[in-house]
Amino acid sequence: MIEFKLPSLGADMDEGKLLEWKIQPGATVKRGDIVAIVDTAKAAVDIESWVEGTVHQLLIEVGDKVPVGTPIALLLAPGETAESVAQPAAAVPRRRISPAARQRAAALGVDLASVTGTGPDGAVTLQDVETRAAQTTAPSVDRGAEMRRAIAAAMSRSKREIPHYYLSEAIPLRLALSWLERCNAELPVTERLLPAVLLLKAVAIATRRYPEMNGHWLDGAFRVAPAAHLGVAISLRQGGLIAPALHDVAAKPLDVLMHELADLVRRARAGSLRSSELADPTLTVTNLGEQGCESVFGVIYPPQVALVGFGRVMERPWLEQGKLVAMPSVIASLSGDHRASDGHRGALFLAEIRTLLQQPDTL
Amino acid sequence: MDRTALRTVVLATLRTIAPEVEEGELRDDRPLREQIDLDSMDWLNFIIGLHESLQVDIPEADYRELISLNAVLDYLEARLSGAVSAQALSGGKP
Repeated sequence: MIEFKLPSLGADMDEGKLLEWKIQPGATVKRGDIVAIVDTAKAAVDIESWVEGTVHQLLIEVGDKVPVGTPIALLLAPGETAESVAQPAAAVPRRRISPAARQRAAALGVDLASVTGTGPDGAVTLQDVETRAAQTTAPSVDRGAEMRRAIAAAMSRSKREIPHYYLSEAIPLRLALSWLERCNAELPVTERLLPAVLLLKAVAIATRRYPEMNGHWLDGAFRVAPAAHLGVAISLRQGGLIAPALHDVAAKPLDVLMHELADLVRRARAGSLRSSELADPTLTVTNLGEQGCESVFGVIYPPQVALVGFGRVMERPWLEQGKLVAMPSVIASLSGDHRASDGHRGALFLAEIRTLLQQPDTL
Repeated sequence: MDRTALRTVVLATLRTIAPEVEEGELRDDRPLREQIDLDSMDWLNFIIGLHESLQVDIPEADYRELISLNAVLDYLEARLSGAVSAQALSGGKP
């Protein structure tokens, strides 16, 4: 029997509310199948399965709000049958809530998941519900406020725990941009590439030589990630931001990355992402684009250990073979976690990104 | 298509990307991207949207002409009545 738990949805999302089940008892589930849709502070998230099996029992109902890590369904592993496994219901005790408490909670608009039970075996009593209701001033259902709270929690944790160091490097982009212009002139409008994909690809490839920038700080040690799943910081029109993963960026050609990036931005702004996109980022890239300011020094998204920032691409005075020229360029920055890497390696990492961007046809 | 109809198409396309755009708030003679927060992905989607609704393929080399809503309408009117793009004029080289 497999306990299917609500997976991690990134450092700033610790709970989810079930909007819809996509599976029913008896259904077979493969890796990557969508199991459920769960609402979080930042988006409605398609929860993907990481296991194979047959659905045995659903443990939560639509509308239930549960913390990350809570078992939400029981699956039979391939080869298992319902008869071959021991009484599953006993494995996951349902919370005991007195009918009066349940009624009162509904009347007061109290979320039962947030109530601490003080009755026998942790049962939730009428008194518990009323205590909780008294604690809660105006229950917040405002997505904007919840998102601010989620960002506040993750960024405060980052600045509390991560000793940041910061580096920056001006990178000439004449070669990259003229290469891109030539490519795009041949392409239909729906296939055109944005400079952002070149920047993302260069960062991802650079992590091959500087793996200490790509991974997570967990339990007091750095764990390098096997691939560069770049978190792409996307600002949302209603305010706030989200940085879902573009998977395995180093291995994909630019046209594929462009399609995936466009799709990711569209879905992030529509508020619909996949659980792997929230859980998988190994290194975040923030790109202020054409409208932004000159440079950005970001706050690392824990438990990641680095963040690469790109400011506005613009012409700057540049010395080239003793002559002053107007050079399209970008200021790249690195916010590094000093527990995982040192400034010297960080500087080499930025220099590698610069070198890669001078050979756009190899990206 | 007259200019009023064209304006309606352009605004509808903009609104699929920036739903917060209110028609009354937009000044036709002011730079679009000063009035609406459009990043490079939004801008590309706007160009793709115009391509889909009007069958006009706007080359990158022409983006710099598309400053204000008036400029976009001037450009589209010219292209729809048969004018060639800057890219085509320069022999395909941007």
